[in-house]
Amino acid sequence: MIHSIRPLLISLVILMLAACGSDGEQSDSSNPRLTVFAASSLTDAFEELATAFEEQQGDVEVRLNFASSSTLATQIIEGAPADVFASANVAQMMRVEETTRNQPVIFARNRLVVVTPSEGNVQSLEDLADDNIRVVLAAPNVPIREYADLAIENLAQEYGDDFAAAVFANLVSEEENVRAVLLRIDLGEADAGFVYASDITPDIEVAQIPIPDAANVMAEYPIVATSETTLALQFIDFISSAEGQAILEKWGFIPVG
Amino acid sequence: MNTLYRIGHWLVIAGAVAALALLAAPILALVWRALQENALTRIPNEAVQTALQLSLTTTFISLLVIFVIGTPLAYILARRRFYGRRWFNILVELPIVLPPSVAGLALLFTFGNEGLLRDFSGQVVFTSAAVVITQVFVALPFYVRAVQTGFSNIHPEIEQAAMVDGASQWGTFLYVTLPLSSRSIVTGGLLSWARALGEFGATILFAGNLEGETRTMPLLIFIIRERDINAAIWTSLILIALAILAVGLTRFLADDRAAQS
Repeated sequence: MIHSIRPLLISLVILMLAACGSDGEQSDSSNPRLTVFAASSLTDAFEELATAFEEQQGDVEVRLNFASSSTLATQIIEGAPADVFASANVAQMMRVEETTRNQPVIFARNRLVVVTPSEGNVQSLEDLADDNIRVVLAAPNVPIREYADLAIENLAQEYGDDFAAAVFANLVSEEENVRAVLLRIDLGEADAGFVYASDITPDIEVAQIPIPDAANVMAEYPIVATSETTLALQFIDFISSAEGQAILEKWGFIPVG
Repeated sequence: MNTLYRIGHWLVIAGAVAALALLAAPILALVWRALQENALTRIPNEAVQTALQLSLTTTFISLLVIFVIGTPLAYILARRRFYGRRWFNILVELPIVLPPSVAGLALLFTFGNEGLLRDFSGQVVFTSAAVVITQVFVALPFYVRAVQTGFSNIHPEIEQAAMVDGASQWGTFLYVTLPLSSRSIVTGGLLSWARALGEFGATILFAGNLEGETRTMPLLIFIIRERDINAAIWTSLILIALAILAVGLTRFLADDRAAQS
């Protein structure tokens, strides 16, 4: 028994020392890391922006975390180690203002569009209020939901007072983020959903119904550095640069300035 | 040499304490936060009541379905020897380890708009029926496993003796097998009910998330935690209480049985 327990104890001690030895710091001098929290609608654009930034910088590793802006804001408030936060609306950005000294800047804009399955029951915006139409929206507090609510209210100006109530009565699910809404439509589970114009990427097979400019909502995307690293500020500068803006425009966003 | 034994002894205790601490800490932290936020003094959002009703209703129906289809399955797996029985056992155990997101996606491809069984099921996505289907899918294995063990613990000679005395096969099952396995049936029911109650990942992917229709308590916590932490805390405490109830009863039944034998 004594002979078998000694190697076990020694290996346990070594394991514990090894665990204590590696520190919990985000980056060491050989491979700096940048952690970016970005709204789901920014998935494709930020993946390309991250790659471009990594190439420009050399040995930087950009880690991306995509979720609804409301979820990300909550994570940051609860202490998640983000260096940069890109939100899909100002309201969710305001939630994290206590956590950083930096001021957010708007780096992109977006418009809303209604999506339907390729051969769907909804042909026009008015049809959204029809009976037996299944409408999918994002959950409350998710930016796309706030924008969509506003757009639906705006459309009621044209389609009558009952329009908004009828559309909300057709709501069948409140999804976690905009990409989940898009998935429902892509899979043909629902008849219509509100997403960003930029979400219609080439690989998605859905039909779109444009929302007239008068009723449409201009989504504003703020970005802020949530840590005091120069890398974070450099990333934001990159986003705002001509190259960064071009990438955003390529993915369907409206560039600023 | 004695010191090595002592170190080993204390390492074992330390390991056990660490495990218990990891299990207890999150629950204690939740209760602590509830007290800090004075959550219990504020009446929660009506959404909590709606979610509670939906959770209880759907899990009750799911439990009935599980009883009806799970008991025959458990009996056949326990009693009959047939070719490929091992694979059926594996299939039954699969939902336990299958990631909920995988289960949700799979159910979507089965009962969704272009699903394999769409013509058979009709429109279930976005309805409470989808919630029940999901709950049955993830919770059935827990029931079948417990009851199958219970059935196989009954010596076939007992059933044979009953039939020799004139009982029919159905009568034997009803008056001999079931009463003898009642403990495992109750345990299986409790475990599967608790699992159904806590089901989240597959439900949100497959059934959707709408108040009163598909928003069970776990889904409510997920969607309301940013808007109304009080409601999230209340719902969490209710779920913890129900979980303790379910697991506590199972443990009580197990200890009771151990005491008897």
